[in-house]
Amino acid sequence: MDAPQHNLVLIVARDFASRLATPVFLVDPDGTLLFFNEAAEAVLGQPFREGAGMPVEEWSTVFSPADEDGAPLPLQDLPLGVALVRRVPAHRALRIVGRDGVARGIEVTAFPLFAHADEFVGAVAIFWEH
Amino acid sequence: MRATIWGCRGSIATPGPATLRYGGNTSCVEVRSAAGDVLILDAGTGLRPLGVELMRDLPARIDVLLTHLHVDHLEGLGFFAPLWASDVELHIWGPRSTVRPLSHRIEHYFSPPLFPVGLGEGTARLEFHDAPEGEWMIGGVRVTSQPILHPGATVGYRLEEQGRSLAYVTDHEPALASDLATTPFGWVSGAALAFGADVLIHDAQYTAEEYGTKVGWGHSSVDQVVTFATRAKADQLLLFHHDPSHDDDAMDAIVAHARETAGGALGRCAAATEGVTLDIGPSSWR
Repeated sequence: MDAPQHNLVLIVARDFASRLATPVFLVDPDGTLLFFNEAAEAVLGQPFREGAGMPVEEWSTVFSPADEDGAPLPLQDLPLGVALVRRVPAHRALRIVGRDGVARGIEVTAFPLFAHADEFVGAVAIFWEH
Repeated sequence: MRATIWGCRGSIATPGPATLRYGGNTSCVEVRSAAGDVLILDAGTGLRPLGVELMRDLPARIDVLLTHLHVDHLEGLGFFAPLWASDVELHIWGPRSTVRPLSHRIEHYFSPPLFPVGLGEGTARLEFHDAPEGEWMIGGVRVTSQPILHPGATVGYRLEEQGRSLAYVTDHEPALASDLATTPFGWVSGAALAFGADVLIHDAQYTAEEYGTKVGWGHSSVDQVVTFATRAKADQLLLFHHDPSHDDDAMDAIVAHARETAGGALGRCAAATEGVTLDIGPSSWR
């Protein structure tokens, strides 16, 4: 095989995301970007093929996430960061700057993915533009 | 390692003159390791005649590996003669649930009003195990299990001994979450279990036409399975979990279609047939 097989929950989540018109962003337990769908490409201003494999340090900063007053948001204050680090669902409004240079206001809801109660396999964020 | 097919019918037992050649019992495959370990894949109605055979020279330990708990994979257990014998350890492995232990879920079926007696009334020493997601050893056989795409908790198994491998991936619909021809194979359910297997036993319940009206039911079409097996670089593909509506003549046509579709991509392509034994590798058959 060209790469190890992913966990079944991630396989299903990726397929689910690929069929949705809502932007979806999927990461593994380390925060590495596994997938974002076409709807997310429009909001992030970047095709997935250019973002695949992005580490958490990159995606948590490259879109310049900030609160509604413009203050930068660290990973632990991003909904997907909360889902990754604290492994609980989270939601908030924030501002980003897409890779196309366009500033956008978005709402993000993120939640952890557990294949079993003790098996954390990643996290997913859904978001939408104001 | 040798594998004997005791049941390869899907969904419901289908006895009668129309299924005499391929068989009508539901899923059950006996695997014997070179060292004599007895592993049984699934407990469909084929488990009953296998139990009769095992009673002739009862092993001290039998391991039953359940892919999931749908009735056609479980209903033979109450009629498995070794369950009612003494001096045998019966280890039952199955998919881990997010909610209840394996024993509770199985006992739900083997209790009134669905069944007259409980499994606990059997005289065998019975032990239930959640199948680990990963590798473990049963005697001389390295067993790997992983969740696969089918409604409810379901796993597939890969058995390896002396460098040879058998992948048992039935009740599986990988096409539900992947384009089998183009999706990177690491994003395809069951890929790791099947990859490079000497023998791949795989669900092939439907024709392509039938699949069109049964998407999401948890099974695959013959065409999908040929694509899956080819990408997995499996050597031999054994079509399994035959639809109850497919009589022997229909199965002949399905096999011919599968071989034509596969071209030369697979070393061998056949339909599982009750009573047939496959030699997976060098084995001192006991």
